[in-house]
Amino acid sequence: MRQRTEIQRHFLDPCAVRRVPLTRPLVTGTLPPFLAAGAFFDRLLTPLETLSRERSIFRKTLLAALPMLLAGCGTGPDWRTLRPVSDFGRLGSDVYGDLIWWTLGIFVVVELLLLYALLRYRSRRDESGAPSQVHGFTALEIAWTLVPAAILFFIAIPTVRTVFVMQGPPPGGDPMEITVIGHQWWWEFQYPELGFVTANELHVPVGRTVNLTLTSADVIHSFWVPRIGGKRDLNPGSENRLWFTPTEVGQYHGQCAELCGTSHANMRMRVFVDDSATFAEWAAAMSAPAAPDSAGAMTFLISGCAACHTIAGTPAQGKVGPNLTNVGRRTSLAASLIPNTPEHLAGWLRTPDSVKPGALMPDLNLDEQRIHDLVRFLEGLR
Amino acid sequence: MDPHATTFGVPSRKMAMWVFIASECMFFGSLIATYLSYEGKSIVGPTPAEILNIPLTSVSTFVLLMSSLAMVLALDAVQSGDRRMTRIWLGGVILLGGLFIGGQVFEFSHFYHEGLTLQQNLFGATFFVLTGFHGAHVTVGVVWMITLLVMSLRGTLGPERSLDVEVAGLYWHFVDVVWIVIFTVVYLIQ
Amino acid sequence: MSSHATAEAGHESIYAGGLRSWLTTVDHKRIGILYGVTALLYFVVGGVEALIIRLQLASADGMVVGADTFNQLFTMHGTTMIFLVLMPLSAALFNYMIPLMIGARDVAFPRLNAFSFWTFLFGSLLLNLSFFAGHPPDAGWFGYANLTSKQYSPGMGIDFWLLSLQIMGIASIASAVNFTVTILNMRAPGMSLMRTPLFVWMALITQVLMLLAFPAITVAFIFLLFDRFFGTHFYIPTAGGTPILWQHLFWIFGHPEVYILILPSFGVVSEVLPTFSRKPLFGAPFMIFSGILIGFLGFGVWSHHMFATGLGAVADTAFSLGSMLIAIPTGVKVFNWIATLWGGRIRFKTPLYFAVGMVALFIIGGLSGIMHASPPVDIQQTDSYFVVAHLHYVFFGGTIFGLFAGIYYWWPKITGRMIGEGLGKLHFWLMFIGMNLTFFPMHFLGMDGMPRRIYTYAADLGWERWNEVATVGAFVIAVSVLVFFVNAIRSAASGARAVGDPWDAATLEWTMSSPPPEYNFAVVPAVNSARPFWLHKHGPTRDISTHTKEEGTPAQPETPPVRVDLPSPSGWPVLAALGLALMGGGALVGLWLVLIGVAVLVFGVYRWAFQPLERLGHPSFGPASTGGR
Repeated sequence: MRQRTEIQRHFLDPCAVRRVPLTRPLVTGTLPPFLAAGAFFDRLLTPLETLSRERSIFRKTLLAALPMLLAGCGTGPDWRTLRPVSDFGRLGSDVYGDLIWWTLGIFVVVELLLLYALLRYRSRRDESGAPSQVHGFTALEIAWTLVPAAILFFIAIPTVRTVFVMQGPPPGGDPMEITVIGHQWWWEFQYPELGFVTANELHVPVGRTVNLTLTSADVIHSFWVPRIGGKRDLNPGSENRLWFTPTEVGQYHGQCAELCGTSHANMRMRVFVDDSATFAEWAAAMSAPAAPDSAGAMTFLISGCAACHTIAGTPAQGKVGPNLTNVGRRTSLAASLIPNTPEHLAGWLRTPDSVKPGALMPDLNLDEQRIHDLVRFLEGLR
Repeated sequence: MDPHATTFGVPSRKMAMWVFIASECMFFGSLIATYLSYEGKSIVGPTPAEILNIPLTSVSTFVLLMSSLAMVLALDAVQSGDRRMTRIWLGGVILLGGLFIGGQVFEFSHFYHEGLTLQQNLFGATFFVLTGFHGAHVTVGVVWMITLLVMSLRGTLGPERSLDVEVAGLYWHFVDVVWIVIFTVVYLIQ
Repeated sequence: MSSHATAEAGHESIYAGGLRSWLTTVDHKRIGILYGVTALLYFVVGGVEALIIRLQLASADGMVVGADTFNQLFTMHGTTMIFLVLMPLSAALFNYMIPLMIGARDVAFPRLNAFSFWTFLFGSLLLNLSFFAGHPPDAGWFGYANLTSKQYSPGMGIDFWLLSLQIMGIASIASAVNFTVTILNMRAPGMSLMRTPLFVWMALITQVLMLLAFPAITVAFIFLLFDRFFGTHFYIPTAGGTPILWQHLFWIFGHPEVYILILPSFGVVSEVLPTFSRKPLFGAPFMIFSGILIGFLGFGVWSHHMFATGLGAVADTAFSLGSMLIAIPTGVKVFNWIATLWGGRIRFKTPLYFAVGMVALFIIGGLSGIMHASPPVDIQQTDSYFVVAHLHYVFFGGTIFGLFAGIYYWWPKITGRMIGEGLGKLHFWLMFIGMNLTFFPMHFLGMDGMPRRIYTYAADLGWERWNEVATVGAFVIAVSVLVFFVNAIRSAASGARAVGDPWDAATLEWTMSSPPPEYNFAVVPAVNSARPFWLHKHGPTRDISTHTKEEGTPAQPETPPVRVDLPSPSGWPVLAALGLALMGGGALVGLWLVLIGVAVLVFGVYRWAFQPLERLGHPSFGPASTGGR
């Protein structure tokens, strides 16, 4: 043990430390309140300090891990992305499931190793001096480079395969073509083969492959129906493709998944996977809608609505806002934001901006009678 | 220990300029990559083929290259303590650099008259931003050279300050090399 | 006790002085403190923004803030945390510790260093000025075109965002040049690159990343500025441009940026774990090479942020494989850290808690990152709360915990005071528990289909319970931060005096008093090992791979035996920075202000360039000149 000089002792000897109460603060010339704060905290916190010096690391780790476990026990988790109702979603969730198992496994092993090292190798009171000064062990380091590489190889294979399948041509010979156009803040759905356009509520027949062509009329949006599968962006000026074959009849929630302005959160949609009879009936009603009440149609036109909206079979052919053909049949309004009831529709017509902040539909200052007439007209479009 | 000793034996200021040049390579690289990715994507004209004047621009490229030669000679003059030649060659860099800028200004105003503006199409936007930032770099270089010339005229630019001239020279040569790349990519390869 | 008295005198003098001495300082230690204090204050600002966000999201159809305000809040929260907290906090540690760890008396360009700080400060003030102008930016921290175009974002918010970030980018590039040269060129004799401490290595890689990544975002910003101010069409689809260009340029910067944010923390952990295990970092060469590989590969994976954009199967595959590849050098580090602890004699002090916490949480963030590397899975997870969970595990669990480990580790060295162990551990546990409570449930929310950046959500989707839990966690984090500030104030006011080497550590910064004297090293140390001070204190031991006959590097003497001259303070950097800020702010006001800014900048730069570094009024230490100079 080498002889320590005065200087070295000063540097190394922890006993050279002593508490210096309330003198010479860090920055000279500091204000008295600073010193008073220090004194206050001194008195208040000494008992707290003693409390937190509690020794059991294991107990504390469990306590810390508890939130993670508790968090999983929420009410009605739907786990939408892991319960696909389409082949496309299934492709993704298969890889997802693989990855969850791999990552959970790695997590448990590595965290346990870490915890073990901490508990096993903590310094004991009777130990002095340094432990064996191991610098490394090349063979081990190479091993723990190659093992993760191997695991990643097993993750890469299904990944790459699935990428090419998902982005390849739609399965089967004859997908139904649907064009999706994103707007701030609603969805336009065009059915070119069937000859009609609708908005915000997408109907598809179960078991039939659908090929979506995605684009935007303004900014970037993203089409995401978690139970159907992963998302695809709607880019202005170009087209993306996404196909899927729905396998289960039902109604599924979707939302825009790319920040697109004020009401990004309100750009929602509903996807209805219908059995073939229901879909056929819906499509027939869309292709040849019942003739609307002419007085109501007149009200619609003179209120200025036709400047933005289309109702098939009427002179209203505006392209700025959602197509309102058979809007009375829809379950929701304003991009699936509010239920389709006369009260909600009236509220929307009264002040669109209060229902959907930033809505591009202007407040037309309609009087209550006009609103009443329009609601009756629109609800009658079935 | 000598306070100016350096681990790599290279003066820190010179190393700093090299490091900065690496960063500038990424800067101009991004501008050039954008130019290339938008090539042919303009919806309206004028197109490069219609408007670029290769013979004229070749002359200004040559001028810039000659200015680099003048720079090399200026550094040599400073290092050997030749005050007269230092001022002549530094003056040469300034003159030739200024001539290059003048050529750019002439060329750009001609393009504006022909209808190629920043806002006209993607070619206008990418071309002017790329060459404009290059021109700005040249301008900064010219100002730097003028400063050095003034120092030389005042007699404060002796061999002991040759590092300052060397560093300025590195910058100047880099700006020249960037122009060679721009000239090749924008003018020669269409 | 004369040595003690002299040491105390040294403790006072380096931080003493009024406003003017702080405005004109070129001392890397003071500049480090400036960065650190500023970053910690912005941490509170960004934290408050987060708390409001969490309050709004705690219940479905929340009414705490409206849609526009919410968009502004998450934009400012992200921008603040990344550019005004994580980067400057790392900069604080770089500034203070790097010269000390390599045996230098300052950085290569002290005035450029000051310029970087003031430029950063003014840029950050410009960003927050947007609040007072009533126009905070609201297009997210990565501001995708073409939402950010003049047509869809007509207000000044995006302009504030662009200009302030552009200004701060200049500060970063200047810093990167400075520290690259410092680390490469100013190491003590005998300190080869393989003997350079890991923190310094990670800092070097970070600087190189900054040098090469920031230009891409500078260009992205230039294009957007030109679109918004001069009517160009770089990102306008109707003129043939594409918003995807923004995404490419942004992420070419953005991906290296996340490594810029995590590597300093890696470096801190690589210093703290060996010290508190009392044995060397396991596999230091591997750690160095894996860091270099991460830096290099980090430039090849940017489009993994764009898997939903529609780049095509080949591009998606290439970026997916690259992203998986980069997981290997990252994972290797975790194993090396565990192996460092293994077989050690671990002392459970606060720095160790944070370092271990960093490793534990980064493992989680890294694993969710591997899931994101697979496009079929990522297209479900991206733009949802799953990626919000991932990014917070790596940025908060990884970077923040690592930086706090550094703060607690180097606190005695920087302040000359010890910081409370009890409160430190309380801070740790509250922050650890709070962090997990806040962000772990977000994995589930993402898996359940909740998109990110939504100011509200419907009540019938089943998202409310976890959002409530996350909100509670956020407030637990807030309390933990409060505990830290209390601890810090208490330490500064009445903490126990720290010795030069309170932790029995291995590297050069511990060979001098706490805080160091203004000149850092009385004698430039000669280095012959990666653990020079340890070698000196504990002698060569069995497994040491360096020359066993060497003596290591001793503690510094009290005063310099030979006169030491230091660079004099200078006001020109702050003036030049002000000029730059006036240019940026001027773009929002009028050309006249921009031109004034240019004039101030040019004037400041010229005075700076012609001010000799050592001149009258400079601080000088040691015996009077014996001849020379």
